Amino acid sequence: MTTKVINVVVAGLGGQGVVKASDILADAAFRMGLDVKKSEIHGMSQRGGSVASDVRFGPVVHSPMIPAGEADCLIVVAPDQVDVNRHVLKAGGVLVSPESLAGSPGKVQAKSVNVALLGVLSTVLDIPVETWEDAIRANLAEKHHRLNLEAFHLGRSAN
Amino acid sequence: MVAKLSDRMLLSGDEAVALAARNAGVLLGTGYPGTPSTEILEAFAQLGGKAQWAPNEKVALEVGLGASFGGARTLVTMKHVGVNVAADVLFTAAYTGVSGGLVLISADDPGMASSQNEQDNRQYARAAGVIMLEPADSQQAYDFTGAALAISEHFAQPVMLRMTTRVCHSKSIVVQHPLPQTDSSPDFKRDIPSRVMIPAYARPAHRRLRDKLARAAAYAETCAQTILESRSASLGIIASGVSVMHAREVAPEASILQLGFSYPLPMQAIRTFVASVERCVVLEEGDPILVTELRAEGLAVEGKPERFRFGELNADRVRRILERDESAEPVVQPGKPPALCEGCSHRPVFETLKRLDCIVSGDIGCYTLGVLPPFTAMDTCVCMGASIGVGLGLRHVLPPEQAKRVVSVIGDSTFMHSGLTGLAEMVYNPPPTGHLLMILDNGTTAMTGQQEHPGTGRSLLHEPATRVVFEDVARAMGIDYVVTLDPMAQGNALEEAITAALASGKLAVIVARRPCILAAPKIRQYEKIALEKTSRCAASCAAGE
Ligand SMILES: Cc1ncc(C[n+]2csc(CCOP(=O)(O)OP(=O)(O)O)c2C)c(N)n1
Ligand code: SF4
Repeated sequence: MTTKVINVVVAGLGGQGVVKASDILADAAFRMGLDVKKSEIHGMSQRGGSVASDVRFGPVVHSPMIPAGEADCLIVVAPDQVDVNRHVLKAGGVLVSPESLAGSPGKVQAKSVNVALLGVLSTVLDIPVETWEDAIRANLAEKHHRLNLEAFHLGRSAN
Repeated sequence: MVAKLSDRMLLSGDEAVALAARNAGVLLGTGYPGTPSTEILEAFAQLGGKAQWAPNEKVALEVGLGASFGGARTLVTMKHVGVNVAADVLFTAAYTGVSGGLVLISADDPGMASSQNEQDNRQYARAAGVIMLEPADSQQAYDFTGAALAISEHFAQPVMLRMTTRVCHSKSIVVQHPLPQTDSSPDFKRDIPSRVMIPAYARPAHRRLRDKLARAAAYAETCAQTILESRSASLGIIASGVSVMHAREVAPEASILQLGFSYPLPMQAIRTFVASVERCVVLEEGDPILVTELRAEGLAVEGKPERFRFGELNADRVRRILERDESAEPVVQPGKPPALCEGCSHRPVFETLKRLDCIVSGDIGCYTLGVLPPFTAMDTCVCMGASIGVGLGLRHVLPPEQAKRVVSVIGDSTFMHSGLTGLAEMVYNPPPTGHLLMILDNGTTAMTGQQEHPGTGRSLLHEPATRVVFEDVARAMGIDYVVTLDPMAQGNALEEAITAALASGKLAVIVARRPCILAAPKIRQYEKIALEKTSRCAASCAAGE
């Protein structure tokens, strides 16, 4: 059963939109009609400390936490946080970090790197682009829609 | 605001509690902020519920109890350590019982993601004799909140809903099942023997409580929160809270008895379950409470090794417990610790205290980060409000040259929470060398996400309210030496003020006032809205409307 659950860890530092990115991902999976669980420790994260959020989706999800070494994908928004989080990835798991944006057709603004990395992730997940866009719109204030949809597509076309 | 009943929603446990409270007709939500419980009242207010922050948890539970005596369904929220503050109310509320359904949320923090200890508040259910329910995910947070209100009314007892960080902050799917409603509305019914706990009335009240608990235990046997998942007979797992989810993950074949009604225990159901499986393991986060109680009943159940008492459980740790794997757990590299924001008004305070080589009796809030480098300018931090008492104690006994360097440092929300009695102690039993109390007033409860408190002069929804002015309070209590300053002001004012206060040998209060930089833009916005409102009112009054 667990084999059909997709596990994604989003990690970074407080203030980088880690929780926001995981909200968008969880919402996109939710819109697919899947069972979804999302869990993170937030408390002192506001003050620049490490944050990691676990997002799990599939037919049935039990534990809200991703078992060690079972992440299919790891998104790291802060380049210096890659090493401390790498252990969550399973063998052959996909790492998405700001480096993944190197081949993007345009420059991603610093404050929407989180959403751009979701764009990169979107190329390996089976979620239609419209669903992603709906989830982005639903989780951000309207004035931020354009910038973040742009960032998402820059990430999606980076390779 | 309440969505269609068929709607499937993705909610945190906290949001699910708020939604259930709203749907079940809770008339008053009160509490004090504390991770991971804070979002419950905020969400309840967003949904249109009447919610308010109390100055501390004791007052919150008292207000909640009064509302319940008045016949209203009431929700009271706090983090685990908040129950310590409210415990005096709780223990005797178990004797008085309640009228309207009263649910007390205790949000525990195993692993201490954002707390000073990892106390297990299941102990309170036992110590005070309070019925306890424990949800495992957001759906149960929703369902159990509704059930807890009804159970509270059924037994006329307060009910604790114990959550943990993983249940409060994880999001999962919630369907809005219809919840049991109440048909009574607030109305005062005099009941002196139940509610006035003089010994003559309290003695029978204690017997009543034990009698109700016996009936609650019988109720627990077949209630919807005692959940049996029968699968293999070779392994049975007894669990409560989020551990149930880890168990399903790791041992999909195992039979599971979820003790969603976790005090008093459904002992017959447990006995039958234990007898039905070859091996029975109790999975519980924190203290070994269930395993101890089941063993005392003569049941052959396995617990967990002592090392799993510390921190949260997760799938890997549950696997280790089930497989009796004694190998060392992988050491996870620590991430980056939090730090005071750049431009935080607490920074200059701790830089100065360090420079002056003060002995700093600290307190809890963002400013506790003054303990970390580059400041390392905090010497004690125990619980909210302790800065004042601990500082005074140090002053009383240290040799004068050390005593003169002791400073108590407290945040604005913390001062409102439990600093007033400390200040009364300071004027009543002054140390020979005097004392200095610094109130770091950044205009918000920053630590828990910028909640209001009586000192901000704004209500939970950030609307104008009467403001408690710290300087006035200090003077009224008998402190003559009161200084207000901006800790970020140019020049040496801060250092000079501290030096002068310490040298004076008097009792002194310095209010260091400057908004938290994260909260400042919002505070300006609230003030602007309030100003617009008053000028609109003034205009309409002038127009004779
Ligand atoms: C009894 C208790 N209730 C709640 C908390 C959670 N909590 C810790 S510090 C704090 C208040 C912090 O506000 P303030 O004193 O204004 O300091 P700031 O964070 O703004 O610097 C709260 C609510 C706690 N630790 N103990
Ligand atoms: S949130 Fe506010 S009080 Fe807390 S560290 Fe940042 S600026 Fe300071």
